[in-house]
Amino acid sequence: MAASLRARSLVLSVVLFCVFVAIWHFAVQTGGDTGPAMDPEYAALMGETAKGGSALPGPLQVGAELWKHISDPFYDAGPNDKGIGIQLAYSLGRVLLGFLIAALVAIPLGFLVGMSPLFHKALDPYIQVLKPISPLAWMPLALYTIKDSEVSSIFVIFICALWPMLINTAFGVASVRKEWLNVSKTLEVGSLRTALLVILPAAAPTIMTGMRISIGIAWLVIVAAEMLVGGTGIGYFVWNEWNNLSITSILVAILFIGLIGMLLDLVLAWVGRLVAYQE
Amino acid sequence: MSSKKPLISIEGLTRSFASQDKGEDAFAVFEDVWFHVNESEFVCLIGHSGCGKTTLLNILAGLDTASEGAVIVGGIAVEGPSLDRAVIFQSHALMPWMSVMGNIAFAVKSRWPEWNKDRIREHCQKYIDLVHLTGSENKKPSQLSGGMKQRVGIARALAIQPKILLMDEPFSALDALTRGSLQDETLSICQTTRQTSFMITHDIDEAILLSDKIVLMTNGPEAKVCEIVENTLPRERTRNDMHHHANYYPMRNHLLDFLVNRSRQFREELASADYDPRHPPVVAPTAENASTDPAVFEKPPLVKTINA
Repeated sequence: MAASLRARSLVLSVVLFCVFVAIWHFAVQTGGDTGPAMDPEYAALMGETAKGGSALPGPLQVGAELWKHISDPFYDAGPNDKGIGIQLAYSLGRVLLGFLIAALVAIPLGFLVGMSPLFHKALDPYIQVLKPISPLAWMPLALYTIKDSEVSSIFVIFICALWPMLINTAFGVASVRKEWLNVSKTLEVGSLRTALLVILPAAAPTIMTGMRISIGIAWLVIVAAEMLVGGTGIGYFVWNEWNNLSITSILVAILFIGLIGMLLDLVLAWVGRLVAYQE
Repeated sequence: MSSKKPLISIEGLTRSFASQDKGEDAFAVFEDVWFHVNESEFVCLIGHSGCGKTTLLNILAGLDTASEGAVIVGGIAVEGPSLDRAVIFQSHALMPWMSVMGNIAFAVKSRWPEWNKDRIREHCQKYIDLVHLTGSENKKPSQLSGGMKQRVGIARALAIQPKILLMDEPFSALDALTRGSLQDETLSICQTTRQTSFMITHDIDEAILLSDKIVLMTNGPEAKVCEIVENTLPRERTRNDMHHHANYYPMRNHLLDFLVNRSRQFREELASADYDPRHPPVVAPTAENASTDPAVFEKPPLVKTINA
């Protein structure tokens, strides 16, 4: 009897993981041949490479490092040595704050653009020009005007999270079924009540899709923004470990960035299911 | 017939749309339409697609505006939607994120904003029971069949206790069996409440079953009211026995003849007869006058078969 699809896919996932780890393990261990003799001082500088091994850590080393980070994620030993939990919390805080401000601006503005053809036509050229600008391009301008790196990185998150939410809200609001609006009209429902009880629930799934895209982009951008700004955050952590030449720590950080990004997406997908409706 | 003023009076109504082709003038879907609906009367409007039936109903509902003419309800010209005129939409138009109770409560709360939750609930329940949806209060529209959805639409419209009930082909999207039972229920509700109603349909039997008066509209563009047919069947009729009445086939044949032939030949008929759009001819087909009725031209083969 065939096992359920769920069980079979789980087995396949585990097998793929094992194969990947095995290839990784053997790929970084092709040692043995020491090659031409090296100046001992230079060999000391080159570390593993001098012995014919790879500078890339193997899965066991990364696993050990990972365990070290997990067992003590919140230590704070000065500005350049903080636990990965603290760094992730900084990044997450910035993303959530920037995302929240963007939502507060984008959703009301999206309602305006979606409901008024005048505003749609008037604002559309600006949205089309501003949307494709890389959020990092705003960074120097933000640093110059705001003069605060912390606020600047939140601003960059705000600007990148704004557009998907704005465009999706406007689209969702504009495509609310006319018959629902007609029901509302024939019942003499006021415009605020119509907006909250008819248009908002009708457009909610589209708005949630926009929010999901936004949080995904915000999480991508925060790493780059923190590499530029420095100080705290997971992006800064990655850059700092690169300067330390600690590839192991970088790999651990990459893993955590992926996990948190997935978590953010899952949370918004869950909220999206709450507001979804079936016609 | 009645000496009192009609509840709804449609006076010289015209609706023009800008032409799609450049350079051409705007065309009127219907023009100079006059008729009225008395209190407690059930009026049906029959016409082919494209004669502006839905547009006319939307103007009555206040969702669309006329190019010329006016709709007078209770002595006041219609200038927008009102809770006095409830609409049952063809596609039920229920909010899919609200339950059955929620959809009806939305309407009831709009009608009586000062009511508390219990009173709204109690009032909604009365109408849910009326349309036989007891037990489905908390279901979402997606969990209901087409007929049940339309029942919710009917309950929502009746729950606000409107002066006038406007219906835009409410049963046309349903299968024949469901349509029949919903027609029966509408008939019994309207007979007991004496609800003033205006319904658009293209189903002849539906019109004969439900209406007191049937307005015949010619084909668009520039559709007009061809004539007004008074239902000669007694008001106490049911779907099961009405075809036994002597006046049933004269009524049916007259309406069928209109839909098949006269609706498109009306322009020629107009030129010959002394047609006054303000007072469209009123006819009352009965078994006695069927053969001599001057309005009946040639009978289509289908009618002959039925008569034989």
